[in-house]
Amino acid sequence: MARLSFVLPLAALVLLAGVFFSYLRMIDSGDKVVNDLPSALIGKPAPQFALPPLPGRGDNGLATSDFIGKVTVVNVFASWCVPCRAEHPVIERLAKLGIAPVHAINYKDRPDAGKKWLAELGDPYAAIGADESGRVGIDWGVYGVPETFIVGPDGVIRHKHVGPLTPKVLDEEILPAIRKLGS
Amino acid sequence: MRPLLRIFALLALLLPAVPAGAVQPDEILSDPLLEARARDISRDLRCLVCQNQSIDDSNAELARDLRVIVRERLVGGDSDRQVLDYVVARYGDFVLLDPPFKGTTLVLWFGPALIGACGLFVLIAYFRRLRRAALESPVALSLEEQRRIAALLAEDGPARGPSEKRS
Repeated sequence: MARLSFVLPLAALVLLAGVFFSYLRMIDSGDKVVNDLPSALIGKPAPQFALPPLPGRGDNGLATSDFIGKVTVVNVFASWCVPCRAEHPVIERLAKLGIAPVHAINYKDRPDAGKKWLAELGDPYAAIGADESGRVGIDWGVYGVPETFIVGPDGVIRHKHVGPLTPKVLDEEILPAIRKLGS
Repeated sequence: MRPLLRIFALLALLLPAVPAGAVQPDEILSDPLLEARARDISRDLRCLVCQNQSIDDSNAELARDLRVIVRERLVGGDSDRQVLDYVVARYGDFVLLDPPFKGTTLVLWFGPALIGACGLFVLIAYFRRLRRAALESPVALSLEEQRRIAALLAEDGPARGPSEKRS
């Protein structure tokens, strides 16, 4: 009995240390984003909105109707957002795969700044909505750019990734989610 | 008593200096009643950028946008509940600094009490065992102790019994 009262707390300590350590490892390797919040919008229809296009770009902006009938990806980016720059090659790779149109919301940005940013880094997006006030971003529950959503053909938000897309996130999270919805 | 009084007087001076929050002058509504409600609601809403501040306290851009939205909706005639629901619909229960009482938050509400109860239980069990062990098997006196007691008793004599007198 005395042995047990010594071993039990020790076991609890070792267990907790293990949990914390593996959690740290997950954060370190980028598998776990610390400020990753459960999204309130998963399983809900994409919000009703209509955003104007970036000036001089050949599209009509972005609206709710763009999400009906096919699996779509929406990337929320801004020219002032440094991680957006980092994830941009991954977005380009995703767009090149051609398995789903990749739209964008240019969040809280001057339209000309967004335009210049794309001219510099390349423009992989199908349609872009300019959300200068950030109101549509709030309707999407955006709290930190970049964020990436996957919307099903029924217009329902099925997946959300907060933070920059890495090649690993693309291969292990985004692509499987798109394929699952597409089949 | 005088110094204590002086300290209290000084502390009373600090009372009007309640935290002013991050609300900017241009955000404040002209209707003081609506503004007071807006402040109350803002204090209950978490800033998702900083996560441990309310939007009333935070200087983050998103917090400002949400403060403005809260005020717009109040001006538009929303009840406090409707304003909170509007934000929760977009950001989930996590934005509420006073979380609602429901299935998914049970652990949050009862977790601390449960852990406390576990601790209390262990503590009680421990002391009970300690006492029982003491009652069941009292430690026998060593030979040396028995000899000393015998000596003390013999010294006092059988008529008077044990006393506090020391040799």
